[in-house]
Amino acid sequence: MSITQPVAAEGGSGFTAPGPGSFELPPIFGDVTKPMVLLVLSAVVVFGFFYAASRNASLVPGRLQYAGEMVYGFVRNNMARDNIGSEHYMKFVPYLFTLFTFILVNNYYGVIPFLQFPSFSRIGFIVPLALLSWGIYVGAGIWKHGPLGYLKHATMPGGVKGPILLLLVPLEFFSNIIIRPVTLTLRLFGNMFAGHLLLILFATGGAALLASGNILYGAVGILSFGLGIGVSFLEMLVMFLQAYVFTLLSSMYIGEALADEH
Amino acid sequence: MEGSINLVGLGLSAIGPGVGIGLIFAAFISGVARQPEAQSRLQSIAILGFVLAEALFIITVALAFVLPL
Repeated sequence: MSITQPVAAEGGSGFTAPGPGSFELPPIFGDVTKPMVLLVLSAVVVFGFFYAASRNASLVPGRLQYAGEMVYGFVRNNMARDNIGSEHYMKFVPYLFTLFTFILVNNYYGVIPFLQFPSFSRIGFIVPLALLSWGIYVGAGIWKHGPLGYLKHATMPGGVKGPILLLLVPLEFFSNIIIRPVTLTLRLFGNMFAGHLLLILFATGGAALLASGNILYGAVGILSFGLGIGVSFLEMLVMFLQAYVFTLLSSMYIGEALADEH
Repeated sequence: MEGSINLVGLGLSAIGPGVGIGLIFAAFISGVARQPEAQSRLQSIAILGFVLAEALFIITVALAFVLPL
């Protein structure tokens, strides 16, 4: 693809603009690449943190226990209970909590020095998560309404009658059953990919401008580094927001599948 | 000039979500200004709207790099 080809800079120095090729990391050993190692590390980090936070749980929480309980309470109260409803939400809290913390740690790899690679900028890691969420909300709907009942619940909006259903039913089926996991995947992937690409561009572009030898280019290079720092802070916000949104949408879909007819 | 025409489409596709997200947060801010105690309720709705509007652009980001010239 032409996007990945080197762009010849004005001064003749060959600066290669970052592209999708920047995400193809060489294997560390065997077939194992950096994102794979980071993914396993994230599971260890999440487990270790919450094990340490809940091991000596006491009525008056210590600092670590307080932090763990704050994250747990955030997922349980603000996402699960508000969206699924107080009757069934506890069944889904373990999944949603795991999902949120796992995505959060994996996203923040993008700004941690030396790791500096958000593992969810590789789409292959997100597809199983989205399929898991899809399986859970479809499964919850089937559990509540029965297979045919759920199909009717998901595709027929209440209170609509007549020939307009011919148009609405395929549309609702398409949007509720097929498109949802695709948008879940693409949203997380796109944000992580685009954000990391932006950071690479500011960093490598700034370095190339500084190394060009021209004093004016050098000034622009310093500006580029400054912008890179600003974008890093924006990225930290986006990383949290994407973990929040993935979990929020999962719980919203579950809540919708479990809702009663009205 | 070299490059992919896909990136022009990427820029164009940023206009719609940009306007949409601006409208969503404008409504959110004015809602909170009128009724500050409703902030926590409005926040999740605003973020949901923001995410749905942003999805259009994000899908284009993926397609811009996936589709051939």
